[in-house]
Amino acid sequence: MSEFKVAPANASAGVKLLTWVDNRFPASKLWKEHLSEYYAPKNFNFWYFFGSLALLVLVIQIVTGIFLVMHYKPDAAQAFASVEYIMRDVPWGWLVRYMHSTGASAFFVVVYLHMFRGFLYGSYRKPRELVWIFGCAIFLCLMGEAFMGYLLPWGQMSYWGAQVIVNLFSAIPVVGPELSLMIRGDYVVSDATLNRFFSFHVIAIPLILLGLVVAHVIALHEVGSNNPDGIEIKDKKDARGVPLDGIPFHPYYSVHDLLGVVTFLILFSAVVFFAPEMGGYFLESNNFIPADSLKTPPHIAPVWYFTPFYSMLRATTDDMLKVFDVLVIVAAGLALLKGRFSGLAKAVIVVATLVVLTGFGLFKFTGIGALSGCDAKFWGVLVMGGSVVILFFMPWLDQSPVKSIRYRPDWHKAVYAVFVVVFLILGYLGIEPPDPLKTAISQVGTVLYFAFFLLMPWWSQMGTFKPVPDRVVFHAH
Amino acid sequence: MKRFIASLLVAFSLAAPAFAQEGGPAWDKFPTERLTDQAALQHGAKLFVNYCLNCHQAAYMRYNRLHDIGLTDDQIKSNLLFAGDKVGDLMKTSLAPQDAKAFFGTVPPDLSVITRSRSGPNGSGADYLYTYLRSFYRDETRPTGWNNRVFPNVGMPHVLWELQGTQRAVFEDEKGEGEQVEHVFKGLKLETPGTLSTADYNADVADLVAYLQWMSEPAQNDRVKLGVEVLIFLAIFWVISWRLNAAYWKDVR
Repeated sequence: MSEFKVAPANASAGVKLLTWVDNRFPASKLWKEHLSEYYAPKNFNFWYFFGSLALLVLVIQIVTGIFLVMHYKPDAAQAFASVEYIMRDVPWGWLVRYMHSTGASAFFVVVYLHMFRGFLYGSYRKPRELVWIFGCAIFLCLMGEAFMGYLLPWGQMSYWGAQVIVNLFSAIPVVGPELSLMIRGDYVVSDATLNRFFSFHVIAIPLILLGLVVAHVIALHEVGSNNPDGIEIKDKKDARGVPLDGIPFHPYYSVHDLLGVVTFLILFSAVVFFAPEMGGYFLESNNFIPADSLKTPPHIAPVWYFTPFYSMLRATTDDMLKVFDVLVIVAAGLALLKGRFSGLAKAVIVVATLVVLTGFGLFKFTGIGALSGCDAKFWGVLVMGGSVVILFFMPWLDQSPVKSIRYRPDWHKAVYAVFVVVFLILGYLGIEPPDPLKTAISQVGTVLYFAFFLLMPWWSQMGTFKPVPDRVVFHAH
Repeated sequence: MKRFIASLLVAFSLAAPAFAQEGGPAWDKFPTERLTDQAALQHGAKLFVNYCLNCHQAAYMRYNRLHDIGLTDDQIKSNLLFAGDKVGDLMKTSLAPQDAKAFFGTVPPDLSVITRSRSGPNGSGADYLYTYLRSFYRDETRPTGWNNRVFPNVGMPHVLWELQGTQRAVFEDEKGEGEQVEHVFKGLKLETPGTLSTADYNADVADLVAYLQWMSEPAQNDRVKLGVEVLIFLAIFWVISWRLNAAYWKDVR
């Protein structure tokens, strides 16, 4: 506990009040630690806008969400009509609703760019592993939040999208059917599902999300921000203990981020006011038809931000499992031949490989029930889940001697470019109805996506690295 | 960075032709300038109430919202309210759903947001409706005696037939692959003219579709107007925040 301070007798009322508060709550301390004396590297570039923008979008979503809940009815018989009521009869309701629907997509745009910044400059590397892990947890929450929120307008795409995704859980062996029943609260998506998704969307997940955002920022401010050079600015400090390349977050980055915020708001408003449907990508045309449990739409596609992962789910067919068989055998073979493992570890590898191969159905031909394996849908769910969960392991997958892409071999940039293109192509294919060619492309994409991560411990060390400077590269504005 | 933008461009150029591939007959372009033409919207509202609202409803739309297209309460009451409803009422129909099912085989869909729900690979929802309402033709094999080019075997009869007249579909037999003879659609031919010329009928349908498009989001014209103001404000604010940022950052070396 800090010393009890007394304001000078002639101090202004404001100072006296602040002293009174500071003796009871660390107001000035928090302000200093997180803003006025939080030293951030001075060489932040364009990519560093997206963290504060994500926070801005979170606030937009919460505030607009509060006003939407005042008028929305989580009732299968009234939900669709209540959304149209908001659009027509509630004063400014259309604006609030469009801000919320556009905000959902904007959230993912901003978060994807924020995450990619981490990729580029190794922001997940030691000592920022927990910053990254909290961030990945935020991303997972965001996906849950978006998925459940999308059911609420109760249109055809809401309904059938939820139906398809909840059905995926039934592919899990043994507990699957019970689990999907528990999620829906009914045998089909219904009023019960709408009510629980509403509850999760407005209370449960936002609570977790806010807690994680706080943890993300506290962890970041504990270790300090990374920068485009991937240099620890805390290694070079002046006599006062202030990093030489650091500047106070406030006012330098608060005014800097203000510029980012206004730029973002220009783009955001352009969508809200001139293209709220964004050509069917933000608001799908099918979702203007009320949910009908008896009419399945000919083509069900998730909203754009889920499509890369959905593509990988669809890519996992029976044929794909055969590819997995080969890949697992090659990986296990290399581990046994090249890896320096003890005899026991080798035995574990062999057993694990056999178990996985059995799961893929490699021994189905024997006709023995226990060896029939799981169907491709289950592996698809696992692949889809794995494609997100693998992000958590980035701090340990990346073994490169430098953090930033700037000092990596040039061909590493090409690897990242291929990864981005693969991710975008997977995203595009996830919107499209499947056909054999597109499935084949998405299968190649899935293998490349996972190869990027799973082979990272090897490729990230290869090549000639450039010398990392002592101080950050900065050109005065 | 440059490479990243380049890859984004590649991805979007891949995405663009995606919409062009799906099938069905092409849709005609709805003349969008009618959306901001109050006379057209008012005429469309009149056609809507006279011809559509008997079977369809627009249950999310209130009559008095027609103020936005320049109609007064008195005009609404004397010209558009038939069942003695109040001007603040929703546009409901008196046709019971079970009767509708018996008459047409299905309950006619609500038209409040119909244009927003019908956009697709061939164009906007307004394009679809503009084409649909001009593509009915006589077909004695159907229970109603009518069929439609863009919505085959539709349950709805041609409500506007008195205005348009009757069309017939022209098919020609063509030799396809091998011995097969294909029944190829060659177009719609006006058989008996209606009370309107083709040009006048097209104009009427355009007005009706303009009204439907407006009704699907009555705030849309205000939205665009407000959007311009918001963007002007943000542009000014952007300049201020740009200079503010520069003023602070000139100290950073």
